[in-house]
Amino acid sequence: MEQVISKINRRNFLKLTGITSAGFIIGLSLKGNGIATLGKGEIAPYGLTPFVMIEQDGTITIFNPKPEMGQGTYQSIPSLIAEELEVPLTGVIIKQTGGQKRFGDGQGAGGSSSVRGSYFELRKVGASAKEMLVQAAANQWKVPVAECYAEDAKVFHKPSGKSTGYGDLAEAAAKLQVPKDPKLKDPKDFKLLGKNTQRPDIPLKSSGRAVFGIDVEVPGMVYASVAHSPVFGAKLVSYDDAAAKKVKSVIGVEKCQRKFGPYTYDCVAVIGENYWAAYQGRKALTINWDNQGNDKFNSKDYAQYLHDLSKQNGAVDKDEGNFDKAFSEAPVKVESFYETPVVAHSPIEPMNCVANWSDANKLEIWVSTQVPGRIMSEFTKEYNIPEENLTIHTMFSGGAFGRRLYTDFIGEAVQLSKAVGKPVKVIWTREDDTEQGPFRPMTFSAMKAGLTSDGKAVAFQHKVISPTIRYSEKYDKTKTDGTMTEGISEQKYEFPHMKNLYVNADFHIPVAAWRAVTSTTLAFAHESFIDEMAAKANKDPMEFRLGLLTKDSDTKTLLQKLKEVSNWDIPLASGWGRGVAQYEFFAGLAGYVIEVSKKGNGVNIEKAYAVIDLGTVVNPDMVKAQVEGAAVMALTAAIKGGITFDKGQTVQKNFNTNQLVRINEMPPVEVHILANGGPKIKGVGEPGLPPFAPALCNAIYAATGKRIRTLPFDIHNI
Amino acid sequence: MPEYTLNVNNKDYKIDVDPQMPLLWAIRDYVGLKGTKFGCGIAQCGACTVHLEGTPIRSCSFPASAAAGKKITTIEGISENIDHAVQKAWIEMQVPQCGYCQSGQIMSAVALLKNKPHPTDADIDAAMQGNLCRCGTYQRIRSAIHRAAELV
Repeated sequence: MEQVISKINRRNFLKLTGITSAGFIIGLSLKGNGIATLGKGEIAPYGLTPFVMIEQDGTITIFNPKPEMGQGTYQSIPSLIAEELEVPLTGVIIKQTGGQKRFGDGQGAGGSSSVRGSYFELRKVGASAKEMLVQAAANQWKVPVAECYAEDAKVFHKPSGKSTGYGDLAEAAAKLQVPKDPKLKDPKDFKLLGKNTQRPDIPLKSSGRAVFGIDVEVPGMVYASVAHSPVFGAKLVSYDDAAAKKVKSVIGVEKCQRKFGPYTYDCVAVIGENYWAAYQGRKALTINWDNQGNDKFNSKDYAQYLHDLSKQNGAVDKDEGNFDKAFSEAPVKVESFYETPVVAHSPIEPMNCVANWSDANKLEIWVSTQVPGRIMSEFTKEYNIPEENLTIHTMFSGGAFGRRLYTDFIGEAVQLSKAVGKPVKVIWTREDDTEQGPFRPMTFSAMKAGLTSDGKAVAFQHKVISPTIRYSEKYDKTKTDGTMTEGISEQKYEFPHMKNLYVNADFHIPVAAWRAVTSTTLAFAHESFIDEMAAKANKDPMEFRLGLLTKDSDTKTLLQKLKEVSNWDIPLASGWGRGVAQYEFFAGLAGYVIEVSKKGNGVNIEKAYAVIDLGTVVNPDMVKAQVEGAAVMALTAAIKGGITFDKGQTVQKNFNTNQLVRINEMPPVEVHILANGGPKIKGVGEPGLPPFAPALCNAIYAATGKRIRTLPFDIHNI
Repeated sequence: MPEYTLNVNNKDYKIDVDPQMPLLWAIRDYVGLKGTKFGCGIAQCGACTVHLEGTPIRSCSFPASAAAGKKITTIEGISENIDHAVQKAWIEMQVPQCGYCQSGQIMSAVALLKNKPHPTDADIDAAMQGNLCRCGTYQRIRSAIHRAAELV
């Protein structure tokens, strides 16, 4: 183990492009949206996109296009190849790709897409390589290929029992044609996939040996701390750096720009021989900002603006039947308004990047990122350099949650390296991370439903009022925005009349995708309101939902499973309550039953039962870990303060005011996986978030009779 | 500026930096051990937890000069072969996700088990509350500490 670990560590630092020994390369191209498709099938050293390399000494390297940020792609993705290649994952070198063209377009992790986007195609890569190695052995032994099989990185000849390692076969195998349609293993023969396999990165992460972006050191490197305007949208007028330059080990002060979406912010960076000096220097700067009138912005007025906007008709997201008529004629009506907060991503590793702009227009970047592919395209374009002039080292990310889909902080490091002619490591402070965004925006929801007198739901409406995370010049405010209405028109509940709407709001603060994106706020409104409808109809919330699902669907199966695992039909003790919620959206489908008990003026969360619907599962234990973690992140977003603005600035600065759930607040989470095989594969990383808050609030209603319609709330004082 | 000596994982390092530089940055940038992490800078997240004379401290908020001459232990110092009982339990329970906070979590857990070889859930909550995990591995941290107590 020790040897393998040090090898991985060392190799993480090596240039990804610097492989010199002879290798056996399997071609594959990744096309758009993370879907991998097999390339034309040709073996060439680096002409195609190589995901597997076998060196003559038997060393096997698997190239991983999906960055590891905690979600387990460091294991799950190489496992897809290793399973079919018949190699154990221990001992294999895993290298993250760096946006090189030969690895295709899918180099990035987001949208819970990594496994579901490459499940079949990356298995085909492994299977092709295996077939070529087996063929090479059969040729060498002059025996029929049918008498040979591969196992544990060797090819065996069944009748004679002789075997040869992959390393000895690599050269001959590399000369063979890549099979067009390799045979994939029967899932019942899987050794890795579907098993609770241990992750190879966990020993590294349990010993301080995993190398994150912030840990990278390169010779001659200097450090930068970048001062951003506290008020969003301010302009830099002037600065006085005399005091900063007097700080020991400060070596310079430079201007740079932070570019995010449509915004370009001027910044002042202090460069130092060490981080502490750069940071002390930055604190000694006196900067004169022109706030451009943005210092009057505050969350309270903005909430009022969203309330005002809610009176607009909005753009139609989905229109079925005749909602307006059905609602006006319904004998029983329910109407509610839901509000959610802005939240920060807050990965514990702050944004950071090492960039080295060297002579001859060469750029090298070391960074914790979700998107090496995007970095390659953006920075080669911005600096007009060919791909071979940009080397990207994709490091382990210390959390990402959507924040590392963006490249604003990388741009700062690149500009500063270019300015000072040295490698520069930019490290944002926690305050920078908390104050500067991008944030998950708030969404407000105006809900309406009409029921018959015997409690049958006939009309339903979810109107979303929010700013958008979609920054595009082509954005049309008069049309609905699927990013901000995510999932509301895709729920499986059968309403004869449904009309969902969207009202866009202006916002000048940078906003972004956050783990599970807009479903994290919309599910709260949607599934809490379904509960309100059930209450109005005087029906059990579980039975009310199942009653809206007459046709077979994954949602129906999921709710039935939740009912079973939570013992829904067994009454709880007095003072306890349970709530249910589910949400289906682009990333997948999950649901919770949560039990709470009254405690003082608030509640205690006794237990959360989660069910996630996957179809096919690669590592069940890792799936459980993802859902456990999603529950914690959702709980933080529900009960902690979130982000607010006053005087044009973010009020929260660090973890003392932007609080996260701690271990003593962690409820027991029991995760069940629906994985009955078949072609369906759903996402893992995100679906565990959206249904948590509504299940919790529905449980609170059951226990206390109090309906929570605004997040965040104080769980100790409801 | 005076030079001072930091004893990290039983090795002496002569340091000549701003005495107010937090121990965290001295360990990371001068001693060169990167396992101890920067998370917040104000002792709120625990990613920077190290032991000073066996007691967990937040090295981001502790001047390096104040640690001079004292015994400092970092994540790199608890075992050579990733075989400390806490590390074994961490691996067995597959605790880390992104892993960034885990050096600090492990240092807090090691100190807890030294004081309380068989901690209750309440003991764990009290000792581990200072360590944030944004990935939400708390449930597994709790199980792994109980498991480590069996392995010690």
